[in-house]
Amino acid sequence: MRLYAVVAAGGFRRYATYRVATAAGVFTNTVFGFILAYTYIALWDERPQLGGYDQSEALTYVWLGQALLMACAMMGGGFEDELIERIRTGDIAIDLYRPADLQLWWLAGDLGRAAFHLLGRGIVPMVLGALAFDLALPASPWIWAAFLLSVALGVVVSFAVRFLVSLSAFWLMDGAGVMQMCWLAGLFFSGMLLPLSLFPGLLGEVARALPWSSLLQVPADVFLGKHTGWGLLQVYAFQGGWALALLAAGRMLQSVATRRVVVQGG
Amino acid sequence: MADALRAYGLIVAMWVRSTMAYRASFAMTTLGNFAATAFDFVAILLMFSHVDALGGYSLPEIAFLYGTTSTAFGLADLVMGSMDRLGRRVRDGTLDTLLVRPVAVLAQVAADRFALRRLGRVTQGLMVLAYALWTLDVEWTAAKAAMVPMMLLCGGAIFASVFVAGGAFQFFAQDAAEVQSSFTYGGNTLLQYPPSIFAKDLVRGVTFVVPLAFVNWMPSLYVLGREDPLGLPGWFALLPPVVAAGCLGLAGLAWRVGLRSYRSTGS
Repeated sequence: MRLYAVVAAGGFRRYATYRVATAAGVFTNTVFGFILAYTYIALWDERPQLGGYDQSEALTYVWLGQALLMACAMMGGGFEDELIERIRTGDIAIDLYRPADLQLWWLAGDLGRAAFHLLGRGIVPMVLGALAFDLALPASPWIWAAFLLSVALGVVVSFAVRFLVSLSAFWLMDGAGVMQMCWLAGLFFSGMLLPLSLFPGLLGEVARALPWSSLLQVPADVFLGKHTGWGLLQVYAFQGGWALALLAAGRMLQSVATRRVVVQGG
Repeated sequence: MADALRAYGLIVAMWVRSTMAYRASFAMTTLGNFAATAFDFVAILLMFSHVDALGGYSLPEIAFLYGTTSTAFGLADLVMGSMDRLGRRVRDGTLDTLLVRPVAVLAQVAADRFALRRLGRVTQGLMVLAYALWTLDVEWTAAKAAMVPMMLLCGGAIFASVFVAGGAFQFFAQDAAEVQSSFTYGGNTLLQYPPSIFAKDLVRGVTFVVPLAFVNWMPSLYVLGREDPLGLPGWFALLPPVVAAGCLGLAGLAWRVGLRSYRSTGS
């Protein structure tokens, strides 16, 4: 346990090192936040209460999307390139001999990364958004806590998906294609383009049932107070269920994959 | 200048050959590029499944704005899209290798890892533009028709100069490639929507400070017969060539200043 805490702290510090890059990222998130906010205002001016949100809730949704984009790695980013590279070059064999679990090791590092991005790239755009627009910020500290738990679960789901996809490199060697499919799915089904409640009919139902809705749609709805009491437990069960199922699938694939590893030596 | 273009062409040809060695991977990433940019338009279509107009603009009109900026941006990205790798080269010192070659550094940096898969973006932009031209309810005149290719070329040049200026900025900022993205990708996203939905100060900013409005907003207002939210005179629609030339000049100047200030990495 102590080991994984150290790995997580390492993940945090690794990203905290690049301060100029973080500042540049905050700038970008803020610019995109403003552009999207104006398009949402135009949309909600035409149709107030669209998708069950009033205008200030919709604007809050925009800024939450910018704040969580990096933390929940909705467009990829994080460990997957590195893990794929280690699989391709064979360095993965060294990782497998370490007295640490492969999946937990990378999860710990990714949690550290997500924690940094939530603080480093989440707070400032959110504050700037709140200054420029009328946002629906929750008054109760309990909702903030419930939101953070939902974000944490979202990060684990995001990790589990990306870990699964990275393992495909054991078979494909070049992970670029699947990785791209993965982040496209993340972009589309997380609710980053538009809230999933605006997706029509069956597409909307499918999108809400897929794991990616845990990355933005669910945490945003918790933040906006759309889930309370039993409903809150239900969405936690939804996120936790996907997290467990995907982690288990990753573990199974990992054990199949590691049997394929051929250690060359001299 | 001719030497630089020739060198650019050679480096580009080399990268194209190298990516064509893995045809399946090329096909997949080009398709991915196409799909990724198409999502922006899917989002707009989803919006229009709920409303008939956005900021007073209909779907064909927004498709026109979208198609012109995406194609212009796609062209600039195809030609100059590697500029954001400059920061990495400054950090790890590999820029030095480019400096000792007897070829313009800008040509080498711009052609570095040239990615033909970026045609995916251009294709997507052209398809939306074709849809817009097909469905638009506009009385076409020769002047209006001439506006469309002019927008693509001058818009591409304006975006290309933003890429170059961003590259020049990397000499100082080193790992701030994302600031560049907010002007390039951010600018592209902004121009996909009508100016009427944005705050006036923002529109003023992209007209007079970073003149992105000349990529498509100004000429489009003329083509679509729309009022300018800033109330600027109609001849502004004819300015893109002038603005593009000015931008390229300034970006070239910024590049020189950046390159002169470059000090290699050391410990």
